[in-house]
Amino acid sequence: MPDQDLRVAQRSQTQLVARRFRRHRLAMISLVVLLALVLLAFVGGWLWKYSVADLTPDESVPPSWDHPFGTDAAGHDTFAQVLRGTQISIGIAVLGALVATVVGTVWGATAGYYGGRLDTAMMRIADLVLTLPFLAVAAVLGHNLGGSWWLIAAVIAGLYWAYVARVARGVVLSLREKEFVEAAKAIGAGDARIIFRHLVPNALGSIIVNATVLVAIAILLETALSYLGFGVRPPDTSLGLLVSDAQTAVDTRPWLFFFPGVFIIVIALTINFIGDGLRDALDPQQTRMRR
Amino acid sequence: MTSLGTPVLEVADLRVEFRTDEGRVPAVRGVSFQLHRGEVLGIVGESGSGKSVTSLAMMGLLAGSARVSGSVRLRGTELLGASDKALSRVRGQSIAMIFQDPMTSLNPVYPIGYQVAEAIRAHHDISRDAARTQALQLLDAVSIPNPAQRVDNYPHELSGGMRQRVVIAIAMANGPEVIIADEPTTALDVTVQAQILDALRSAKERTGATMLLITHDLGVIAGQADRVLVMYAGRVVEAGTVEEIFYTPRMPYTLGLLGSQPRLDMRRQRLHPISGAPPSALNLPSGCPFAPRCPLAAPVCEAEEPPLTGAGGHLSACHFSDQLVGLEPGDLFRPVSQDSEL
Amino acid sequence: MLAYAVRRMLVSVPILVIATFVVFVMVSLSGDPLSELKTRNPPPPPHTLQLEAHRLHLDEPLLARYWHWITGVFHGDFGPSVQSTQVIGPELAHRFLVTFRLIGVAMLLALALAVLVGVVSAVKQYSATDYTFTFFGFLFLAMPSFWFAILLKEAGISFNDTVGNQVLFTIGDSSVYVEGGTWASITDVLGHMILPTISLALLSFAAWSRFQRASMLEVLNTDYVRLARAKGLRRGTVMTRHALRTALIPLVTVTALDLGAIISGAIVTENVYQWRGAGSFLLESIRHDDAYAVAGWLLIAATFIIVFNLAADLLYAVLDPRIRYA
Repeated sequence: MPDQDLRVAQRSQTQLVARRFRRHRLAMISLVVLLALVLLAFVGGWLWKYSVADLTPDESVPPSWDHPFGTDAAGHDTFAQVLRGTQISIGIAVLGALVATVVGTVWGATAGYYGGRLDTAMMRIADLVLTLPFLAVAAVLGHNLGGSWWLIAAVIAGLYWAYVARVARGVVLSLREKEFVEAAKAIGAGDARIIFRHLVPNALGSIIVNATVLVAIAILLETALSYLGFGVRPPDTSLGLLVSDAQTAVDTRPWLFFFPGVFIIVIALTINFIGDGLRDALDPQQTRMRR
Repeated sequence: MTSLGTPVLEVADLRVEFRTDEGRVPAVRGVSFQLHRGEVLGIVGESGSGKSVTSLAMMGLLAGSARVSGSVRLRGTELLGASDKALSRVRGQSIAMIFQDPMTSLNPVYPIGYQVAEAIRAHHDISRDAARTQALQLLDAVSIPNPAQRVDNYPHELSGGMRQRVVIAIAMANGPEVIIADEPTTALDVTVQAQILDALRSAKERTGATMLLITHDLGVIAGQADRVLVMYAGRVVEAGTVEEIFYTPRMPYTLGLLGSQPRLDMRRQRLHPISGAPPSALNLPSGCPFAPRCPLAAPVCEAEEPPLTGAGGHLSACHFSDQLVGLEPGDLFRPVSQDSEL
Repeated sequence: MLAYAVRRMLVSVPILVIATFVVFVMVSLSGDPLSELKTRNPPPPPHTLQLEAHRLHLDEPLLARYWHWITGVFHGDFGPSVQSTQVIGPELAHRFLVTFRLIGVAMLLALALAVLVGVVSAVKQYSATDYTFTFFGFLFLAMPSFWFAILLKEAGISFNDTVGNQVLFTIGDSSVYVEGGTWASITDVLGHMILPTISLALLSFAAWSRFQRASMLEVLNTDYVRLARAKGLRRGTVMTRHALRTALIPLVTVTALDLGAIISGAIVTENVYQWRGAGSFLLESIRHDDAYAVAGWLLIAATFIIVFNLAADLLYAVLDPRIRYA
């Protein structure tokens, strides 16, 4: 009987968050737009009649029914390229953010939970990473590791985990002194159990919000990296690379420049709005005060 | 008790509504009272009953999403709808305010002496030095030890009780006619509470101010107030002298409040709390808002909200006021379980 | 406080050593600095290659090379560059000066705009103004810096075309040759700075204005702001003296933390406007597998970031009496 009560309470908590999120109109619209975009890139890109490498006889034609986003000077279909670029950019950003979140959470939670010297040492390492201008280091690593998409994701994760670790540590520090942790300790729960069964689940809200925002940041880092020539390399493509190739064509063939750029903005924008909606849904106090 | 003559402050049919995502929230629903010279009026009620909103509305300090209507007159001058410039002259000068939490009511980045002097200089064109000297005297008046040293301390260097003394000094600074104290002791340790109440009383005596004392603590009311308003769900549900409220309450809610309060003057006393929680201001019941928790509730209570009526100064808003005569809390409310017995 | 500052700087030294070491190793392992020389046509004689390898200490093990470099740095010697005509030390100094000019002005611009917009948004929360600022804030947050910079560059070109005179320069950090005196040189540099500065500033502006809005909203809801009003202080006085004064403090930390991102943004911005600043120096050096140059670049950038963060922490202590460093 008490077990059932607990389950009911838990479900209604999740439902409450879901309901608050659904009421956040901008976040809901963003979610729909982003899902549509992902579907378009991953399913549409597969179905579309042209692929990235296809050279069509149409060179530098503006958008038309045959080429919705036009073509470049070599005859590549820009729509196919943008879809491929979106796949790659989203893939890199999501993988990078995911790995950074997992590593950073474990790192930060461990440091925050144990405190003392271990905390100092672990956070000093994180601070070291945070001191670096990310793009510069990413360029060095990208140059070294080559342009495969998962290595670029690894580079992104290798830099951003430190940022997640700071956040996770902060949350864990504030939770560590809470009664339910004391209670868990009192009944003899081990450290790992306390960290992963009690602290991390309670910090999950902040961590999820953070991870969401991180995806948007990672997209921007990846595109900047590819733009500079240290990210994704031809023959594969990413949204950043497409913009880079089109930077001298803004005036003459604007479709080459604007479509990939607008895709980046829409992806980053919708992810940020979703993150905002999640934050409001998980932490209603922030928005309630409408005085 | 109720002295005649023009009241210092007259509040009539004060209403406050907040616009929120969920709709309009009526926080205060027609509150009226008068403050006479030298008296202490207590307002009691649970949190969310509209006590604090009432006081902020009187000062014109509610944010833009609040709709305030009714009338607040200071010696006959209407304050509601007055310009910010005009209200700024009233605030701190004629009406001063003390907030609940001394830990947050002082700005952390300025020394306390500066913050007291600032209150003086807001209304008097005097030099920094002169204001500082006066601030020193005020700090001394609220019994802050070593004011000459303390004057340059920052708030975080003082204890909660000391900070609340500073806030009282700020309230006294311009010899106001009315001091509104909003839960002045709630956030403090019990031992400090009595000292702060002392400081408040002497502040009132030095300035000759009338005081509006807002609290949920009936003990504070009993010791300090002359008259009492009991608020529930944004309305006054009972008003009278301290004796009337404490010995012959006419509203089951008041009786319940009295039954919830442990008393030191009675041995082997049992608490008889009110069950349930106050209604959300978002969806108030159509009739008497206390009906869902009231042991006397009858169909009429759910149908219509009783008006605040009565003879003389003792008013109550209950369809069954007369039935309450001579009743004890235990006659209406169920006692708490055995182990909570004192 | 001085002791604290010195201690912080000393603690940073190992950080700098580790960071430069990692980068040094990464660059050294990523390619052959002599590859350009080797692919020349006609191929250079083996003796030349040997001499070049010796000049770059390539005949020594990696650790020894790093040791040479890091000990040399203390004597002002940043090691030999793969680009034989370039002396790394003076070149870095020159390039960073150009970049700091851009970063400094852009940060000031971004801060001024962010505070203004953040405060107005907070004070007029949920008004049309607030929603407009919020919309643009989110838009700029989502915009890739290079994309916006390219767009602005194009706008600058069409602006020049409309005016019929080159007012805004879109290429380089200054003209190679300027006719006229000092004044002409200054206007020339300013003309080159306008567009890159705006490009760089808008990025930080977006994040900072959102932050400043939140910070201001939090302060506006505090009891001490309410008490300041209850004292009889006018709205404007309370807004500046009590609310803004306190709400500005956290921005100090955020500004310092974002410095790395701003330097990253400067690399991109310089690339778009073809400045010969620190950013292009870094990218060239990476492409040349020039480990000494890249490590030198990182040393200066990271030192700058560390010193800036320390300064921000000290400033924080000055602004917030609750914080004391001992």
